[in-house]
Amino acid sequence: MAEHAAEHALDDHGGGHDDHHDVSFFHKYLWSTDHKMIAKQYMFTGMGMAVIGAFMAYVFRMQLAFPGSEVPGFGAVSPGTYNALVTNHGTIMIFWVAMPVLIAGFGNLLIPLMVGADDMVFPRLNRLSYQIFLVSAVVIIYSLFVQGGGFGGAWTAYPPLSAKAEYNLTPQGASLWVIAVGLEFVAFLMGGINFITTAMNSRAPGMKAFDVPIVIWFLVIASILFMASVGPLIAGAVMLLFDQNLGTGFFDPNQGGDPVLWQHLFWFFGHPEVYVVLLPAMGITADVMCVFARKKMFAQKIVIYTAIATGVLSFFVWAHHQFISGIDPRMANVFTVTTVLISIPIAEMCFVYIATLYGGSIRLTTPMLWALAFVAEFLIGGVTGIFLGASGTDIYFHDTYFVLAHFHYTFFPIAIIGTLAGITYWFPKMFGRMMDETLGKIHFWGTIIPFNMTFIPLFFLGAAGQHRRIYDYSNFPELAVPWMQNLRILATVSLIVMLVFQVVFLFNFIKSALSGPKASKNPWQATTLEWTTATAEPGHGNWPPDAMPNCYRGPYEYANPGREDDFWPQDEPPADTEEQA
Amino acid sequence: MIEQFVEAGSTYARNIDNVILLIGVLVGFWWALSTGVFFGLILKYRAKPGVRAKYVPGTSKVEKKFINIPHGLVLVCDVLVIIAAVQVWVHVKQTLPEPDYEIRIIGQQWAWTFQHPGADGELDTDDDIRLVDELHIEVDKNYVFHLEATDVMHSFSVPIFRLKQDAIPGRTITGWFNATITGEYDIQCAEMCGIGHGVMGARIHIERGEQHAAWVADQTPTVATVDAQ
Repeated sequence: MAEHAAEHALDDHGGGHDDHHDVSFFHKYLWSTDHKMIAKQYMFTGMGMAVIGAFMAYVFRMQLAFPGSEVPGFGAVSPGTYNALVTNHGTIMIFWVAMPVLIAGFGNLLIPLMVGADDMVFPRLNRLSYQIFLVSAVVIIYSLFVQGGGFGGAWTAYPPLSAKAEYNLTPQGASLWVIAVGLEFVAFLMGGINFITTAMNSRAPGMKAFDVPIVIWFLVIASILFMASVGPLIAGAVMLLFDQNLGTGFFDPNQGGDPVLWQHLFWFFGHPEVYVVLLPAMGITADVMCVFARKKMFAQKIVIYTAIATGVLSFFVWAHHQFISGIDPRMANVFTVTTVLISIPIAEMCFVYIATLYGGSIRLTTPMLWALAFVAEFLIGGVTGIFLGASGTDIYFHDTYFVLAHFHYTFFPIAIIGTLAGITYWFPKMFGRMMDETLGKIHFWGTIIPFNMTFIPLFFLGAAGQHRRIYDYSNFPELAVPWMQNLRILATVSLIVMLVFQVVFLFNFIKSALSGPKASKNPWQATTLEWTTATAEPGHGNWPPDAMPNCYRGPYEYANPGREDDFWPQDEPPADTEEQA
Repeated sequence: MIEQFVEAGSTYARNIDNVILLIGVLVGFWWALSTGVFFGLILKYRAKPGVRAKYVPGTSKVEKKFINIPHGLVLVCDVLVIIAAVQVWVHVKQTLPEPDYEIRIIGQQWAWTFQHPGADGELDTDDDIRLVDELHIEVDKNYVFHLEATDVMHSFSVPIFRLKQDAIPGRTITGWFNATITGEYDIQCAEMCGIGHGVMGARIHIERGEQHAAWVADQTPTVATVDAQ
């Protein structure tokens, strides 16, 4: 033990940084290399982008419910504007909300703290990662205001529409969209290198592979998936940029190219991407559920194996997005098999989560409510995916609102519910203060109920043949019937109610961060290392250099029969070791 | 369950609807079961003062059964779904019946052009009938279509047929349908194709034999003038 402490003391990146009172605002908040500050930068930027993405949803949902009317706060929506709004809503919500908050935000916040490290392995690379991400966010927002407007060719950006200005009519918007997405990938590649290296190399002494909390496992698996899948898309993005601006014809059949090539490159990344954001959210959920059920994770190793299996399988399912896109129809059979089989590891994970509740002592705190809601809502998203992964039925459902409802039932639990479980749970770690439980619960119910009322109607609209990305259904007599319009209005009104309730969260978040009750060191009586820091909100370096934690056991030792306390922190030395010391 | 929303209007519409029903029943069962157990456990194991949680690592053989048995059952369901889905897929997308008529469908920003065979019943002859956003077919006949796009991706979607197929510039994609009901129905473009995507609808007119023959006869002179232009 003494040796370990000495090792840590040599590390000059110790816990003394917060003693420097002369650190300027700029260096503390904007130029920091502290992983916790970078996590906050990512999260705040992501939350800001979420507000923009949500506003877009409000505008186009208003257009769908009341076609042609002036949307309050925006004005009339032209077809071009509508396309730009749906395209950028999707792009922003996935690449500038889910990715930065879940992977970069929680990855940065949690990995060093939960493996017992003082910071990321490459802190400056980490800072650069955020800065490039910020530039990418500026570029995507700027792209909405250039001549011709924002890109409107859907977030999948299928060429030739995305490749030729004469088709998409947004010459600058389309190029800036590609550049922004490309920059964003560069940022996350840097983050990914950091996450993987830190979790592999900087673990506390004694922390074996299965002592690493599930959320960290999942963040690392997600980072590996991201890094392994993003290459083809970056290549595709460069080709697309060349097609747009240099007159090449990678995707242009008249010049010997193939438009379907892009779809392969995009979805080869695009499907693993789903698991890139899903796994961190599932990891957060796992940790939160264990803490508030006071339970050891049921069959923890199985969960990790299934996550790895899901990750591997996710590289072999991409063409289920392309069943009817003109690929050789025989390929659909292969991809149906792989896609439907992915239900096995995912179902198994869900069973494990449910089994973890068995015999628990469940406390329905706000973070726990979000975690449980994640499982309940994600189940709906999961089972509806089977209709789309099976080639025969996808012929009908492809590109309908059924798809849209399905992936909102996966992405909303991931990006919003999972995130909120994480934010409400680790809030004391981020700000050293507690959030208000009453406001938290009001916000929870005010989000969950309208969420379901927004998206359940869309399943029915999709089943009735309503296809996507149409600004006004009155051009399609079978879709312009009153019952369908009423469902559209219901979805829009529910969305607005849900958005209004987010004000409760923002108020609670800001007020609690500034003046909430001070948190104790370990307010949830959790076992993992992040709760062992000297103060609730640790400074740069996390632990004093001479008090870096050691790890003696797995992450979820709750209600261990050999103990009087119902939790057994990972860093608490076993009794016999203490005697020897 | 789809027929309640959209009529089943092709020979294979029922097949697809049946697979949808099969999947609906299977996933409905699993969803109800897991959600039921999930909420049941939440209610049963709410924290009570003085009661500690059980210590269940989930590593013993007995405990693992709770995962392994449902796991095996899900696999069985998966196999059923795959067999049903592949069967209907092969029927709709991989086999081409002997055509009674052939037609050409061309998607362009933002309209559909339909090239019907004229009175001779043959495609690509002088009496072909070209119409924009209007497709006329005869009920109970095998139609083989040749789908093309001139500029960007489009997708030829006829909800009553349960048929959807992307059109790709530079390729000709062949498919088929056989209508079982008569009337006038929607054709959609289901792939984002630019600012006019929202107006790229068309109508399909499914007619009885004599009705259709009369329509063909009626069209022939018009087509001559269109071609002359």
